[in-house]
Amino acid sequence: MLVALLAIMIGATILSGLVTIYYDVPRQMGAQFRSYGANMIFTGTQELFNMEDVEAGVRHIKASELVGVAPYRYETVRIHDRPIMAAGTDMDGARKSSPFWKVSGEWPKADGEIMVGKNVADTFRLREGDSLIATFAPETDGDEIILDNEMTFIVTGILDTGGNEEDYVYLSLDDLEELTGEETTLDVCELSVSASADQLTAYADAISNNVEGINARLVKRVTQSETAVLSKLQALVLLVTIVVLALTMICVATTMTAVVTERRKEIGLRKALGASDASIISEFMGEGLLLGGIGGVFGSLLGFVFAQVVSVSVFNSSISFRFGLLPITVIVSIIVTGIACMLPVKSATNVDPALVLKGE
Amino acid sequence: MGKDKVKRMSLLELRNVSKIYGDLHALDKVSLQVEKGEWVAIMGPSGSGKSTMMNIIGCMDKPSEGEVLLDGIDIAKETAKNLTNIRRDKIGLIFQQFHLVSYLTALENVMMAQYYHSIPDEKEAMEALERVGLADRARHLPSQLSGGEQQRVCVARALINYPEIILADEPTGNLDEANEEIVVDLFRRLHEDGTTLIVVTHDPEVAEVAQRTLVLRNGRLDHETINPNFTGHIKLS
Repeated sequence: MLVALLAIMIGATILSGLVTIYYDVPRQMGAQFRSYGANMIFTGTQELFNMEDVEAGVRHIKASELVGVAPYRYETVRIHDRPIMAAGTDMDGARKSSPFWKVSGEWPKADGEIMVGKNVADTFRLREGDSLIATFAPETDGDEIILDNEMTFIVTGILDTGGNEEDYVYLSLDDLEELTGEETTLDVCELSVSASADQLTAYADAISNNVEGINARLVKRVTQSETAVLSKLQALVLLVTIVVLALTMICVATTMTAVVTERRKEIGLRKALGASDASIISEFMGEGLLLGGIGGVFGSLLGFVFAQVVSVSVFNSSISFRFGLLPITVIVSIIVTGIACMLPVKSATNVDPALVLKGE
Repeated sequence: MGKDKVKRMSLLELRNVSKIYGDLHALDKVSLQVEKGEWVAIMGPSGSGKSTMMNIIGCMDKPSEGEVLLDGIDIAKETAKNLTNIRRDKIGLIFQQFHLVSYLTALENVMMAQYYHSIPDEKEAMEALERVGLADRARHLPSQLSGGEQQRVCVARALINYPEIILADEPTGNLDEANEEIVVDLFRRLHEDGTTLIVVTHDPEVAEVAQRTLVLRNGRLDHETINPNFTGHIKLS
């Protein structure tokens, strides 16, 4: 019986733990996936849009799911007479929505600070702490460039992404506005949202339909990858849970069969004393179901510990106890034990008292 | 005697009862009657059909042919469920190997029979143990009791539900002489109280104290011996 109880406890532990992980994986993995960058993009329905439009759109997203918002305005500036693409952004938002960016040095924090892409830095042999002069030339007269504005920046960091970003320089929206002398409008806004693909689609639809001036789209290569990985991971967890439950059932059935075999004489005696098949079934099934209940309670508590250990060691974050899982685990344990006990209990009713009491 | 036979109703009657396993006739057209309050011993060599007859009388087996009337009910025609009920209500069983549940005390073993019959009553179970002289051993486990004491617990368990008939299969087979005498004395007292007893035994001394002894051989009733100390009992039909 102790073996059966242990089997049920282990089964319930795995069940409770894996179900906890099953439901927590999207949140955990979602947070992990955010390191791959933005998964939603705002573009203007006309051409350009502004921060007020972004704020209106962001209000449709649950604050707890919003990881980062990085608005971008792109303008061509000249550095040492060479045209370079300058991106004005909110540095804090850009850092959160593009955590994979590797910055050598510091992100710009104050006005007059700039971060340059690795290729730009190589071209101009720029290093951290160097200063550069950027000019904005929106108008030309034939081949003659009419210099309009000029600003000096301190390079705080070199950006290394392995992508196009290395050809850009990054400065604050306010600096870009000052450099260009034009009020800030946005070309694009990148958002990183920790939500499922379905939820993201719902957000995008709600924003596109309700916020004038913004068209919200999902970055499909990110969201589809997330969905595919999560689906496979959840399917794996579900499969393991089913296998563990099946193994638990086999273990309990084997143990109960051994118990019935061991107690054949007692069963024969009880039947000889007048025990009906129903009372034999209720006694053995009752013992089994009680074990299932006890194993389920302890298993669900141990399952939480198991899930917590897995979550901390794999995802590096803790999870909270799901009280709703306790009765579910207990009920499933009782059902599994009940099914496992069916055959052994049936064999108990087939014990012939005349044979076993004679020692045959 | 013939007049008695008409007037007095048998508690147990076997009419041409056979139990056949393939070509083997474990019992072969056996007929007998046992009157209420009678003490009958059944003897015979191994394989003579004693255990088969006890199983049939104890409602744990059914005959292949014939009728078995217990208190007027033909148990040969009853369903397994009804046989369980009849066994529970009318029969007390005593075994050679005692068959006490090892993890239950003597008192609990007696109460187990009450549990399947009606409602466990500790006071009544204790009285049954007092009757067999084991009140002071009531809280002991079977492993803490001698063989004789275990068999006395078995007797207390058999009589706790006031059965119509007590079937004892080699009740002294595992006992020494002193304990054998104690158990036989218990049977004597049960008989005096009006309990019907059927005792299967190999021991002639145990058989001699019964009112009559039936001897089986090769599945047939070979002969019957009547103890001269008892009178007025029904012969084999």
